[in-house]
Amino acid sequence: MTQQALRFKPARAGSDWGVRAAAFTYLTVMLILPLAIIVQDGLRGGIGSIVQVLAQPVAWNALLLSLWTAAVMAAINAVMGTLTAFVLVRYQFPGKALLNALVDLPFAIPTLVTGVMLVVLYGPQRALGAWLNQNLGIKIIFAPPGIILALLFITFPFVTRAVQPVLAALDRDQEEAAATMGASRLMILRRVVLPALAMPLATGALLSFARAIGEFGAIVIVAGNIPLRTQTAAVFVYGEIESANQRAATAMSVVMLLIAFSLVVLVDYLQRGRNDA
Amino acid sequence: MTPEIYLAEPLTAPTANRRPPSSAPAATGHQPSAVRRRPWGKWLAIGAVVAYVAVLIIAPLGALVAGAFARGIPPIIVALTDTDVLSAFWRTLLISVIVVLVHGVFGTAVAWVMVRHRFRGRALLNGLIDLPFAVSPVVAGYMLILLFGRDGVLAPLTEALGIPVAFALPGMILATLFVTMPFMVRELMPVLHAFGIEQEQAAATIGASGWQTFRYVTFPALRHGFIYGITLTFARALGEFGAILVISGGIQGRTETTTLYIFRALDDRQYIGAYSAALVLGLISLILVLGADRMRGREH
Repeated sequence: MTQQALRFKPARAGSDWGVRAAAFTYLTVMLILPLAIIVQDGLRGGIGSIVQVLAQPVAWNALLLSLWTAAVMAAINAVMGTLTAFVLVRYQFPGKALLNALVDLPFAIPTLVTGVMLVVLYGPQRALGAWLNQNLGIKIIFAPPGIILALLFITFPFVTRAVQPVLAALDRDQEEAAATMGASRLMILRRVVLPALAMPLATGALLSFARAIGEFGAIVIVAGNIPLRTQTAAVFVYGEIESANQRAATAMSVVMLLIAFSLVVLVDYLQRGRNDA
Repeated sequence: MTPEIYLAEPLTAPTANRRPPSSAPAATGHQPSAVRRRPWGKWLAIGAVVAYVAVLIIAPLGALVAGAFARGIPPIIVALTDTDVLSAFWRTLLISVIVVLVHGVFGTAVAWVMVRHRFRGRALLNGLIDLPFAVSPVVAGYMLILLFGRDGVLAPLTEALGIPVAFALPGMILATLFVTMPFMVRELMPVLHAFGIEQEQAAATIGASGWQTFRYVTFPALRHGFIYGITLTFARALGEFGAILVISGGIQGRTETTTLYIFRALDDRQYIGAYSAALVLGLISLILVLGADRMRGREH
């Protein structure tokens, strides 16, 4: 083995370094350079400048709107995504294969198209949208419910596909053992099933949250661009770029990057913990 | 290092080995089944999920189809054969093909280096690769403006070379490359990891060059992951919007992609054009991703 390894290494060293150089150059140009430039631009004015921009009501409200709609989405997604995974793993019923395929559908559809779909369905001039508005007083398009619906559509696969394999691998013997010892179904769910699902559920929900904070295509169509009311952080950045307000665009971008980075690191950490266990 | 969460799971794999054999006696019923069956609970759960999917996914999808066909087929054909629309579709296709080629080569190289090499900063880099997935496309486009825009850091360089990047095709390609970065790498890394290095070492000991080893030993093992990654990248590139909107300036007939056309058409109240272009784009992406899923499902 050692001899093999010894002969193996020198034979490939040249091309190996070539591949490595190519990979590093590519990552530097495509990923690190753009990230570095925006952080540098953000720090040029100091942290004070970023705080100043965020303290403006329009920016602050945009960030808050992004955060709370994403949080509501993540909560609904956690419940419905887990239930969907549960139904797909545990039950047999007609149309199950179709349901399984439908879970992946949002992943395939461009988010802008998602926005268009929701506007066609719930737009104020459309039948359903007008009916909801007149009879129930519910406004969906150009309002937060539209944002949440769009986010739910886009992130539907996240929780389901994270939970599904874990649920499928979960040993049913454990549940049956708990039941023979007299545990009620609710207790089994709480003590046996949910603990096993906690980690994939958390990573799925966090990833969907991270994705939602940055979402633009669907939201700009569904929510419009009403400052203080339906303008999310991403739409705010777009508006500031359009009006050539670099300081505000950079400040909000840096904050969004920070949120995205923390969430990615957190998810990575959680998953590593699970894999080590 | 588990990308599976956002790379859709194989469609059939989870269902195929859905239930471990240990639960079979419970179904036949002659053994005392510990977990009692509550049919109403089952149908309540299924009903809730089906209702949720119907409202969330099927209704909007149906509305889009109905909206596009609201005035029959002729207006759709008129809208889609418009010169600007056709050129937007071609531009989208061109960008996506270039993006797939670049990621096909360099994404494979990155996956290779991440799995086979050990170097300082590897863990950080591994985290950074996922970042484009969470970064807002608008921010991605804005980064490129800061680099290549009028006062951009690299603007003097691109001017000297005579290649316009911002508000031009190269910038749109770069933006799409950034946004689709994780797909290829994340698809290949687990496959490379699982394949191991024994066969590569064997090839090397009988005198194969690095390239020969890759071409005849490693790549055949990667092939399905490679095709799947390419398909996902392509589908994502077709639908990219935010980053391209920011970097391109959306100049009608010159830097307009399909998504930018849809956006403009909605603004101009050309609803049939917007809806039918959205439908075509959605259908193409859908066929690509579901096709790749099927392929991968059969593989497993």
